[in-house]
Amino acid sequence: MRAQIAQRTLRTDRWWLPPLTTFVGLLLISIYAAVRTFMGDHYWVDEYRYLTPMYSPCLTEECLPNAAHFGRILPELPGFLTPPVIIIPFLLGFRVTCYYYRKAYYRAAWLSPPACAVAEPHAKYTGETRFPLIAQNLHRYFFYAASFLLLINIYDTAFAFSTGIGLGNVVLLVNVGLLGAYTLSCHSCRHIAGGRLKHFSKHPVRYWAWTRISKLNAKHMQLAWASLIFVCLTDLYVALVASGTISDLRFVN
Amino acid sequence: MGYQGHFRVWRGSDQGGGLEDFTVEVNEGEVVLDVIHRLQATQTPDLAVRWNCKAGKCGSCSAEINGKPRLLCMTRMSVFAEDETVTVTPMRTFPVIRDLVTDVSYNYRKAREIPSFRPPAGVGPGEYRMQQVDVERSQEFRKCIECFLCNNTCHVIRDHEENKESFAGPRFLMRVAELEMHPLDEADRVGEVQSSHGLGLCNITKCCTDVCPEHIKITDNALIPMKERVADQRYDPLVWLGNKLFRRS
Ligand code: SF4
Ligand code: SF4
Ligand code: FES
Ligand code: FES
Repeated sequence: MRAQIAQRTLRTDRWWLPPLTTFVGLLLISIYAAVRTFMGDHYWVDEYRYLTPMYSPCLTEECLPNAAHFGRILPELPGFLTPPVIIIPFLLGFRVTCYYYRKAYYRAAWLSPPACAVAEPHAKYTGETRFPLIAQNLHRYFFYAASFLLLINIYDTAFAFSTGIGLGNVVLLVNVGLLGAYTLSCHSCRHIAGGRLKHFSKHPVRYWAWTRISKLNAKHMQLAWASLIFVCLTDLYVALVASGTISDLRFVN
Repeated sequence: MGYQGHFRVWRGSDQGGGLEDFTVEVNEGEVVLDVIHRLQATQTPDLAVRWNCKAGKCGSCSAEINGKPRLLCMTRMSVFAEDETVTVTPMRTFPVIRDLVTDVSYNYRKAREIPSFRPPAGVGPGEYRMQQVDVERSQEFRKCIECFLCNNTCHVIRDHEENKESFAGPRFLMRVAELEMHPLDEADRVGEVQSSHGLGLCNITKCCTDVCPEHIKITDNALIPMKERVADQRYDPLVWLGNKLFRRS
């Protein structure tokens, strides 16, 4: 028999604050992303070739011709659907199956557990042993897909420099930097690069890569938030310039 | 300078019990265990508490202080305000024996369920040769002092007694990782960690890492790497498809 203690927790600190902050943060970002996705407008600045990462690559018939860097290879989408719905499953899948975000929403949204040593409200618990949560094991495939999309974002960023340099270029550059650091610091990446090896001594290059990625990986949570917030800010900047609300600050021409 | 501190200590046995209030002297530089000892010496000679080293190295004095799983001997009184009530309870996940002492035999049972180190055939003790870079990863896990605070905090068993049967707890999932990463261990541990030791029950919410007094990165360095190995072996759709198509087993 366990010690009989009626209280759900005896913690006296504000243990509910971190999960609440996480919940509100994720909710606000989801709302922003949903609004921008279905807006279907203000994603491309023709003059300076800024394309928001949320619409990259733009592949369907309704894309603005110049924004479709790889051609409009897909037919027009039915109804209220907009070009990002093609790439969102991959980007969302990558974040949703990410080991850090899993921790974040299991705690903040599912309260399993809400905080350490605070009882969870669920009577039964099977963790990640069954469908649908067993699918979290597919994370590495989303990692591959997201890495591919990141290469496209890097291409977009480089392409935007062809008209000169403005604040928008800097924003896009920081954005791919953060996304790159987040993607490289992924636990699956760490495993694939070298973590899976039994004998580091036989693979010096992979061992070196693993030590570097391990350093970044220790900051995975910070990078997850920084890159997520910055993607939204980048998108907002492009939207403001594209809609003529503000004008881009130009450094060169 | 010394002051009179307010303490609430859980007292009782497996028959029941509750929190009792005490006012007890606290001196500069003391830890919670010192105050518990003073209680024993001055007011409650029969208060049961398990301890040994008073140096955070034996792992005996695990308990919960203001609801947080911690070592009694490593929790300084200076982290509390002088007028703050300090609540001390036994670990919740294990059966209580008396007062602050719990029966941690669940952990010993789980330790025995893990097949021991298996060196290559023909290599005897004293003949093990390995490179430092290859053993380094598993050495982090050897810092463990077996305080079982991680297992106590893990919600998989803390909130669900019925999972104790199928779940080894972070401490012993980490033990499997230690052997799996050991350069000379030849046993296949990846299948078992999922099917017999319950790795799939862990939802990587990191409370084990948060409470470990040795600051071992249990989740990042042991549990997630094991989940990735399981994904290699079991949930790789390409491997799965290959097995289906070519009837490999
Ligand atoms: S990370 Fe896993 S093992 Fe550690 S406390 Fe959380 S659920 Fe338990
Ligand atoms: S891993 Fe850390 S918390 Fe768990 S038993 Fe070992 S020292 Fe204690
Ligand atoms: S673990 Fe977070 S992106 Fe892979
Ligand atoms: S008495 Fe040894 S760890 Fe606290």
